[in-house]
Amino acid sequence: MRHKGTVGATGLLIALLLGTSLAASPELVVYSGRSKSLVQPVIDAFSQKTGVRVRVKYGKTAALALLLLEEGRRSPADLFWGQDAGALGLLARNGRFEALPENLLAQVPARFRSAQGFWVGVTGRARTLAYSTQRLREDELPASVFDLTEPRWKGRVGWAPGNASFQSFVTAMRAQHGDEATLGWLEAMKANGAVAYPKNTAILQGIAAGEVDVGLPNHYYLLRFKRADPDYPVAQTFFAPGDAGNLVNVAGVGVVRGSRHRREALELIAYLLDPATQAYFTQEVFEYPLVDGVEAAAGLPAGLQELRRLAPPVDLDHLYDLEGTLELLRRAGLL
Amino acid sequence: MSRKRPPWYLLLPAALVAAGVLLPLLYLVVQGAAGLAGAYTPRLGELFVRTALLVFLVLLADLLLAFPLAWLLVRVRLPAQRLLTTLAALPLALPGYVLAYALLALGGDYGLAARAWGLDLPRLQGLAGAWLALVIYTYPYLFLNLRSALLDVDPAQEEAARSLGMSPFGAFRRVVLPQLAPALGSGSLLVALHVLGDFGVVSLMRYETFSYAIYLQYSVAYASEAAASLALVLTLSAAALLYLEYRALARLVAGGSRPRGARRALPAAPGPWLPPALGFVLFVIALGLGVPLGVVGSLALHPLAQGVYGDVLGAGWNTLRIAFPAALLAVAGALPLAWLASRYPGLLSRITERVVYLGYAIPPLALGLGFVFLVLRLAAPLYQTAAVLVVALAVHFMAEAIGPIRSALWQLPVRLEEAGRALGESAWGVFWRVMFPLLRRGLLAGALLVFMAAAKELPITYLLAPLGYTTLALEVFSYSEEAAYAEAAPFALALVLLSAGVALGMLRTEKTR
Repeated sequence: MRHKGTVGATGLLIALLLGTSLAASPELVVYSGRSKSLVQPVIDAFSQKTGVRVRVKYGKTAALALLLLEEGRRSPADLFWGQDAGALGLLARNGRFEALPENLLAQVPARFRSAQGFWVGVTGRARTLAYSTQRLREDELPASVFDLTEPRWKGRVGWAPGNASFQSFVTAMRAQHGDEATLGWLEAMKANGAVAYPKNTAILQGIAAGEVDVGLPNHYYLLRFKRADPDYPVAQTFFAPGDAGNLVNVAGVGVVRGSRHRREALELIAYLLDPATQAYFTQEVFEYPLVDGVEAAAGLPAGLQELRRLAPPVDLDHLYDLEGTLELLRRAGLL
Repeated sequence: MSRKRPPWYLLLPAALVAAGVLLPLLYLVVQGAAGLAGAYTPRLGELFVRTALLVFLVLLADLLLAFPLAWLLVRVRLPAQRLLTTLAALPLALPGYVLAYALLALGGDYGLAARAWGLDLPRLQGLAGAWLALVIYTYPYLFLNLRSALLDVDPAQEEAARSLGMSPFGAFRRVVLPQLAPALGSGSLLVALHVLGDFGVVSLMRYETFSYAIYLQYSVAYASEAAASLALVLTLSAAALLYLEYRALARLVAGGSRPRGARRALPAAPGPWLPPALGFVLFVIALGLGVPLGVVGSLALHPLAQGVYGDVLGAGWNTLRIAFPAALLAVAGALPLAWLASRYPGLLSRITERVVYLGYAIPPLALGLGFVFLVLRLAAPLYQTAAVLVVALAVHFMAEAIGPIRSALWQLPVRLEEAGRALGESAWGVFWRVMFPLLRRGLLAGALLVFMAAAKELPITYLLAPLGYTTLALEVFSYSEEAAYAEAAPFALALVLLSAGVALGMLRTEKTR
């Protein structure tokens, strides 16, 4: 065996690998609490259109928000794309966002953005009650999320305590009904054998697989399943109008204070609020568009107007207290 | 063997490796102790029971599976014995989380079995699912250890026992079984450590053991102190297991290795037992290989899976970019350590070996957490870089590289070196021209072992991977968490093919028995 040749080749390979490991830094750094399958196509299209290179760190919204807080000024993030208003509110309260220009903010209705202009909603997402079409009829479903602690739902409910949207929903419940009632509901649900899944999609798959009969996801996951398989044995509906279980949340973005790529970050936000992208979000991802003039896709449960009637009266800015919710979840033994 | 002080170029790597294991451990202890003061003790008890239960059940099933399997494939003349042995050991190449993923995707009303063949299989999850996935994943460790020991048993002793009037079963119980005890012990320890350290299976199956709780605390609640305290308890449990095994086996292997038989026992003809024997072996292989490969293979063809084909290459390249340097680094560390152990045996070499083994035995999630704390405090600019991940993987898997290198070194007589020096070559020249060519096979085997382990690894990668950096393992895990089983399939398939390729490469470097 020719030693020198092998050594040379190995050395070259090592250099190549190490070199690519220490690759040049990206143009725009995004912390995304939204899952890759939803976000990456949009990011790729933006990169292609504007030539801005984007590096995305995917993770759980809560963890990324807390990471941003811990990193402080040292954070490499330029833009934060949170799955819910809670994390956005938290970061805004801690001064981690820069105020956004008025022309961007004005594109979205006031109730779907920060009152001080630190973050703006990109898409709307509603909490729903998913149920098995094979094992339940519509008239058997509970009217309120609080009814799920009844004995007849023992071991039949799926939820995702680790999921950011769920945690926002709990924060909204706290804002609407107080900490004690919320803790009571969490503990009762746990005692009633609610099955914990890591993600919303896993809840739906759990219903389809026969592990549980109802679940508490966000509205758009089911539509994606139905598109892949029209006979998917799960359907969804809302609770009674004003019920805590009907929370209408937003996924939104904010520019991180101290970002050195502010211009590119604002470009990305403008791209996300562009009617074409909003149409993509509703047609491909099945979320509610927030910009005027874009129609919600067919098949979405309830139009945006009706959603306002069904939603509980909670101000999205008040969803910032993620820490309090996490503490409550820990006390209930769910985390 | 020289009694001089070992030279600096052996001591320095030893010190670095020791630091690589002990420093993260130290940070883990510090953070964990702080967290334990505030940790919720009722949860600790509950987690401990659940974890212990899982370890016990997996070990039990593994024994029932691996023991007959080893016996049948060594002592009974079965057709295609070598092929069956290889296939029976191959589940080692599959990561545990792929097995969990396969079981989840297969069962249930909406699972693969139901939609493809109308079979109503239960969708195992929780304790049952974690148990089955871990049994399939870990039985090869016990199987290979037992097989090795069985091959070493001296038939002369058995024959003497029989000629003295013992029944076949009595001879087995009193002559063969005691000789298998060390293998049973070390195999069981490996199984227990793997179950303790497992993260992917218990997370996907949602069975809350220490590892899953650590993951929840760290990545969902972002309560790093709570995570550290749980990790510390987990590490102490692993250390306790190591100690138990050490004490239990010390009596058995005292006095050095037992004399190896000059000949092996002849495999017996199975006679009328052939169908059930063969059936059992094939059943284990079908379960261990057939099910996961079948699920991964069929789901990879699903239309939803095709959407991610493009990402597989990128994730695969990212995996190689981590696993390859990790393997090189591990071998670079293992060689001086193995050299130290064989040429300068003593307290120092024994301590460094123990430390390396400790790095391997520490539950990977705990080690990863220790690295996170260490880097954040000592070397913040390096946080979230690929370099830290490579170092952590190299440190964790170095023990796997030491074995083959040490065997290769052991066979190298010192006289060769001395002859080379006497003929005028420098120390470096002797190493490069005399020793290295003879060590190549051991080095390659060590590198391949670490490469394969690093490529499949999940918990350390999950904690330390840089910004937006995704590997095959991470993709399989995150898609499986979303229950997007079709999308996970191409990545799982790539991982399986990679592992299989490396495993076959290793078999070719190994001396055939």
